[in-house]
Amino acid sequence: MKAIMTVTAHDRVGIIAGVCSLLAEMGVNILDLNQTVMEGIFTMTLLVDTSTSAHTFDEIRSALIARGEEESLNIHIQRADIFEAMHRV
Amino acid sequence: MLNISDIMQTVNMIDHQHLDIRTITLGISLYDCADSNIHECARKVREKVCRKAANLVKVGEEIEREYGIPIINKRISVTPISQIAASCESDEYAIIGHALDEAANECGVNFIGGYSALVHKGFTESDRRLIASIPETLAGTNLVCSSVNVATTKAGINMDAVALMGRIIKATAEMTADKGGLGCAKLVVFANAVEDNPFMAGAFHGAGEPECVVNVGVSGPGVVWRALQDVKGASFDVVAETVKRTAFRITRMGQVVANAASERLGVPFGIVDLSLAPTPAKGDSVARILEAMGLEVCGTHGTTAALALLNDAVKKGGVMASGHVGGLSGAFIPVSEDEGMIEAVKSGALSIEKLEAMTCVCSVGLDMIAVPGNTSAETISAIIADEVAIGVVNNKTTAVRIIPAPWKNVGESVEFGGLLGNAPVMRVNDARSDEFVMRGGRIPAPIHSLRN
Repeated sequence: MKAIMTVTAHDRVGIIAGVCSLLAEMGVNILDLNQTVMEGIFTMTLLVDTSTSAHTFDEIRSALIARGEEESLNIHIQRADIFEAMHRV
Repeated sequence: MLNISDIMQTVNMIDHQHLDIRTITLGISLYDCADSNIHECARKVREKVCRKAANLVKVGEEIEREYGIPIINKRISVTPISQIAASCESDEYAIIGHALDEAANECGVNFIGGYSALVHKGFTESDRRLIASIPETLAGTNLVCSSVNVATTKAGINMDAVALMGRIIKATAEMTADKGGLGCAKLVVFANAVEDNPFMAGAFHGAGEPECVVNVGVSGPGVVWRALQDVKGASFDVVAETVKRTAFRITRMGQVVANAASERLGVPFGIVDLSLAPTPAKGDSVARILEAMGLEVCGTHGTTAALALLNDAVKKGGVMASGHVGGLSGAFIPVSEDEGMIEAVKSGALSIEKLEAMTCVCSVGLDMIAVPGNTSAETISAIIADEVAIGVVNNKTTAVRIIPAPWKNVGESVEFGGLLGNAPVMRVNDARSDEFVMRGGRIPAPIHSLRN
């Protein structure tokens, strides 16, 4: 399943590394990645493919949210179709 | 990939602006549950609802997690029970009401609608029995919602039914007096009721509907309000365009969820209802959208025009975003369920008369309005008559959900809790309408109903 992940947090060293290594551990493939700092807030969006993972979507989601809580990152992961529907005619 | 600001816009809509799916409603036909033995009929009803809706909550929660969109309610609507129970050799229809309540509990849904009768042209014996049982059923169940259609543009207004419903509403309030008249919050009187409405308390599964169908109601007043903050001082052309664009996005989200639900439940997709449905939460109010157009308080002069623009722009934006639009589709203005409306009533800016005018241009009617507990049944009937006349003449759905709050008076409030909110008691006109209501008979259909 293709999903969009968003990560927002106060900017600091190692956010991308932390998130990407967790995805790698879970076997989630990153298809695209964008990162910027908006009004002092680190903002990253990733297009990922969860079908390469041995874990279910719920497991991946829970692991990401748990990691987010540990490291003060606001992480969302949602199916990609919703974004395409809302922003493309 | 999509650009980062579009993605963050969606995430912010969900996180901070209360964007959600208000309801996934599964419509279920109960025609095959008819039986001369009412207990057997109730058993069949319960069995069928539980079987058809077994996965509804599970699938709803699955979609919520995968798409990251809150789905506030999972609901069931069924064929109007007056039609199902017509062959029962008993008038104890509450037995079927209890079966619906048990089934809804077992499936884990928030509400089940369809304890209903359609009497716009006249009553069947079964309609009379069902309506007589409404107070007992609503007092004895938690999740059952009831509705009665008393008028259509084609048939006119059944004034006998209007008079009867005034008395039924009073009786329902009295039987649920310990809960502030809560039963009345689950009872809607309609003109031009629609068959595919996913919203409660007025949902039922109409006669023209398939065996089973998924209807979805979106929400999102907070998103529209936020969008209007960016166009302060701009002309109404810009306001309308902004609302349209926002409604398009909200509805597309609803359509994606509807498709997913339909596929996973193995049930055909019916409609997306475009209504902007408020909640009592701050930042989720239709009244605040109207105020964002430049009104000091909702209810002041200009409110009806603002609502007309909003209602129209929501439809125009939404209609292209969905394969099939239906239900009520517009903007809801329930008083107790909208934080801004509650404040407007408390400030004295919003009266029943103004709300009545507003219902001429929006999708529902006098919704979730508390009036003094000593309001007479005849006055309630007269309020219903006025409201359904608006629906009949304007060829649109209107509804009345009114709560004569036991022992309460103007200035006090009734707390229902949850999405039903907090209803400030509103003033009604003291002059009597008794003789008008007592006449009975039918108010004929308007001339423009003759379209063939």
